[in-house]
Formats: sequence, structure tokens, C-alpha cells
Amino acid sequence: MSELWWAIAAVAVGGYALKASGYFVPQRVLERPRVTRIALLTPVALLAALTAVQVFGAGQGLVLDARAAGLAFAVVALLLRAPFLVVVVGAAAVAALVRLIAG
Amino acid sequence: MTDEHRSVRTQSWGVGVAVGTYGLGFGALAVANGFSVAQAMTLSIFVFTGASQFALVGVVGAGGAAASGAAAALALGSRNAFYGLRLAPLLQVRGWRRLLAAQLTIDESTAVAISQPNQQLARTGFWTTGTAVFICWNIATVTGALAVDQISDPKVIGLDAAVGAAFLALLWPQLTTGTTRAVAAGAAALALVLTPLLPPGIPVLAAAAVALLIAWPEPRRAPQQPPERSLE
Repeated sequence: MSELWWAIAAVAVGGYALKASGYFVPQRVLERPRVTRIALLTPVALLAALTAVQVFGAGQGLVLDARAAGLAFAVVALLLRAPFLVVVVGAAAVAALVRLIAG
Repeated sequence: MTDEHRSVRTQSWGVGVAVGTYGLGFGALAVANGFSVAQAMTLSIFVFTGASQFALVGVVGAGGAAASGAAAALALGSRNAFYGLRLAPLLQVRGWRRLLAAQLTIDESTAVAISQPNQQLARTGFWTTGTAVFICWNIATVTGALAVDQISDPKVIGLDAAVGAAFLALLWPQLTTGTTRAVAAGAAALALVLTPLLPPGIPVLAAAAVALLIAWPEPRRAPQQPPERSLE
């Protein structure tokens, strides 16, 4: 089994364990204010970091390329409350257009 | 079936179809980032929680180790534990139904369930939304994956740029308070600073430290309600 399949299996098993833990773990463990705050803020930090690295990262380097134009479109679309598919497809189209023009 | 139940079911299927559009994006981006159609489908059936699936695909697609991607995916999936905690007293499930309920415990099914005025409607909302999202999400994943599988170079149509836009769209509804905005800005900046210094995938995990740093200290004002979780 390839490394990727192992990762998929790990996320499937671990992800299910997390989902189930809410039904089996005693309430008081997960109801501490600090645990609640960490649970609220961790996805925010991870999604922000993933956005930044996806757009500006290239292996271990940082680059400003057509993807940044796609992100700019996404920001405007989200400010205008566009639906998810418009944001994502629009960002792709803008990046493709910039590449086409820049040659 | 009462009118109230019918209305909850309509709402649930509306949510399911809307989430399906994310599934289309997931299937497409998974294949564009080097996953096979079978791998994309396995993720949607067995992992079945959007942000985690996007994280694994994003980290691996950006050249990160599969293990880093899995760690980021699991960190994002931890919020589902808190959903289960809120749902357990509402659903009162036992045995195999509890195991099934756990798999359907995601952002959308929780949001619909806890917004209902009574326990009966909450149960209807949870089970219908969970089932509707599961069906729509998986049909959409395989559709998106098969569509992109036909394209030889996904970069030509800008699919690499779509991943960042997808993460931002998932993050956007959370950016409602000064704290979440500060954490997002700090985490993004830290991840970029660390990118040249660490192997791909690790800077994203390290950026989660920003959340820990801000969340750890007890607030000074003594009697404070824990922050309401945003479920959208």
C-alpha cells in the first residue's frame, strides 16, 4: 500500500474516532473553557495557513504568480457573498487567464 | 409526517445540495493534486468531513509529506468531537445507531439539528441532513474527480489557484471577531515565514501554535461564557 493510502486510512480511522469521541467521552473533559477556545481557534489558524501556503508557496520557496490573482478574485467574491462554486471556479479562471496573457 | 417535519426535511435536502457543490470542488481538486479517483472517493465516504479532506489534498498537492497532510486533516477534524458532545443529549442514540450518528456528525448536520425548536425536529434535522449531505457529497466527489481525470494538465485551467480559494472560502465565515481575524493573520504570516525553513507541510502545522498561544491563557474577566461555536 502506498504512503498516500496509509495517510488516507489514518485520516479515516482518526477522523471517525474524533467524531465518535463526542458521544463517548464524559462531557466535563470537552467542556473546559480552554479546550473549547482551542477547538474554536485551531481550524481558523490551519485554514489561514493552508490558504497562504497554497497561494504563495512553491516547494520551499515563496512566489507571487497567477495564483495570487486568483486569491484576489476570491476575496472580492467572498465580500460580495458569492456562493462557494463561484469563488473557486472564478479564482481558477482568473489564474488561467493571467497565465494565458502572461504567456 | 407533520408540516414541521416536512419543512425540516426540505431544509436538510437544500443544505445537502448546496454542500454538494463543495464536493464537486473536492473531487476536482483531489485529482488535480495527484490523488486517484478511488482515493478521492475513499476520502469522501470514510473521512466525510470537508475541511479535513481539502487539507490532506492541499498539503500533499503542495509537496508535503502524506503524514503532515494527515496531521493537518486530523487537527481540523477535532471540531467534530465538540459537535458530538452537543448532539449526544439531543439524539439519545445507542448501539449501532450511535456508530452511524458519529459518522454523520459534521458542520451541517450539527447546525441544522441544534437550530430546531424541539428534540423531535432536531433528530429529524440531524438524520436527514446527515444523509442528504452524505449522498450529495459523494455523488459530487465522483463527478468532479472523473471530470478532472480527463484533463492532462490541471494548471492550464487554473485548478492550482482554486485550492487556495477553497480554503479561504471555508475560513471566511469564521472571520467574524477580532480574535479570529488576528489568529488567521498571525497563522498565515507564520506559515509563510517558516516555508523556506521547514519541509513542505510542517509550516501549516506549526501555524496551529498561534491558535494555542491565543487560546491558552484564561481570560481576565472572571465570569465569561465560553465562545459560541460558529457552525456555518
